[in-house]
Amino acid sequence: MHKLYTFLKYSFVALWTMFVVAPFLWALSTSFKDFQSVTSKVTYIPWVDFKPTLEGWRVLVKSPARGGVDIIEPYFNSIFVTCAASAISIILGTLAAYALSRFTFKAGFVRNNDITFFFISQRIMPPIVLSIPFFIFLSTIGLLDSLLGLVVVYIVLLMPIAVWIMVDFFNRVPKELDETALIDGCNPYQAFYKVVLPNSIPGLIVAGMFCIIFGWIDFFFAFILTFTEVQLLPVKVVALNSSVTPWWSLSASALVSVAPLIIVAFIVERYLSKGNLSGALK
Amino acid sequence: MNFKHKYVFLFPGLFVLIGILIFPIVFTVRLSLSGWNSYNPELNFIGLDNYVRLFTEDPRFWEAFFRLTFLSVTTVILQYIIGFALALMVWRDIKFKRFFRVMFLIPMMTTPVIMTVIWRTFFHESLGPVNDLLSVFGVAPKWLTDPALAKITVIIVEVWQWTPFMFLLLLAGLLSLPKEPFLAAAIDGAGPIRKFVYVTFPLMAPISIGAIIIRLIEASKIMDTVFVLTSGGPGTSTETSTFYIFIRGLREFQMGYAATLSFTYLIIMIISLTIIAKVLTKLMIKD
Repeated sequence: MHKLYTFLKYSFVALWTMFVVAPFLWALSTSFKDFQSVTSKVTYIPWVDFKPTLEGWRVLVKSPARGGVDIIEPYFNSIFVTCAASAISIILGTLAAYALSRFTFKAGFVRNNDITFFFISQRIMPPIVLSIPFFIFLSTIGLLDSLLGLVVVYIVLLMPIAVWIMVDFFNRVPKELDETALIDGCNPYQAFYKVVLPNSIPGLIVAGMFCIIFGWIDFFFAFILTFTEVQLLPVKVVALNSSVTPWWSLSASALVSVAPLIIVAFIVERYLSKGNLSGALK
Repeated sequence: MNFKHKYVFLFPGLFVLIGILIFPIVFTVRLSLSGWNSYNPELNFIGLDNYVRLFTEDPRFWEAFFRLTFLSVTTVILQYIIGFALALMVWRDIKFKRFFRVMFLIPMMTTPVIMTVIWRTFFHESLGPVNDLLSVFGVAPKWLTDPALAKITVIIVEVWQWTPFMFLLLLAGLLSLPKEPFLAAAIDGAGPIRKFVYVTFPLMAPISIGAIIIRLIEASKIMDTVFVLTSGGPGTSTETSTFYIFIRGLREFQMGYAATLSFTYLIIMIISLTIIAKVLTKLMIKD
């Protein structure tokens, strides 16, 4: 009975792992193919099934004028927009979360929970609903097709996440901590900055990670609110998926674009195993 | 504590968010009362004509809405079952625990549209590996062009992409559970199944509800996958509400009508998610 259970458990885990890695392996293999080995028949293993070339990867660093994809600029654009929007969201979101966790607000029928809900409920808004008015709004103030415009929009996307994680986290940081600091003669800002914040690093890291994930993976806002001046990575990669699809450079650029965040998976796992995440995500 | 300080903490975030959102929301409502389209790009006032059109002569929106309901409920249920199973398996003793945990997390770190581009080649009818392997059995399903199968393909990709999120929330929950109830159950001689039914599952109920609601919210926005994988097709068989709004608004430039759709959609979503949250809480927490 027990042996059967263990066997089933390991087979399920192994099967799911295979499902998880399958598209990556396929993309990796495809990225070394050329026209011949993509279109003649389905091939898998380099050297056995087909002769690998580096063409798909070389295209990534070539300039567009010479038939390249030029993924480098979109890469830095993506990094900039994600980091800027995440940083602003984390700072503002953490302050708001601290207020919502420590003080009571009362305005008419609005209570703390309602304010928290207001923040988090912004996630319900699908990108398309916002992107139509934003499209008109940003074109009026001349920020369409610019990095700044995207950062503004991404704040709406990311601040709810920061508030959601940090409110729960601050609720678990003992109140006595700030009270002691206040008795010791700190003002509320010093108490927050010198005592509460240093004790909230795990929460901040988790919130930051989530902001970075959800900023990095956004496609739709970038797709609608930018055209030629500024391109973000996902838009650039999807643009490759046109009529005559060069699967090899498509696969190579896809792998390059998802690679940095896979490191995040390792960091999240580390916090999970140390038990720091359980509080932050509950 | 001094009374004023709390506003210094709260207001920057709150006002930035409201400041960014106030225009789009007010503008959407106003736009929904106008006939703004590509011939006539102006904010005229046509009253509730758009709403009348939506409720009387646009079955496509409602079909898309039911399709969205079907797709998101199915994917979230699958994600919950698989995610919970995976979380339970790597919760305690298993070899290579940390390796598996990282593996299970990876898909949610990848950009959905980009992975969907890969999935598209994966499910390609003649050049993709899936049909190549299936050709052993002499079948060649049309993963992307058959109306029924295209839905399943979308579900497969969504489950691949977002089960990790469910897994992460549930595993974090499992790891934060108190030890005592499990000890008590072990002393009473409960087997693994009874332990799950009477201890683990009830303790996990609040976390499960939270995770399901969060995933439902995110799943209802499903767009990237559909956009790249099938573009709503074949026909309209994988078209969801958001994608339909996209077509009306930014392909046909019927901005006014798209705003009507957006606003109606938002109202429906807020109401239904609130009801779902209430019902789930009743169902899963007995007392």
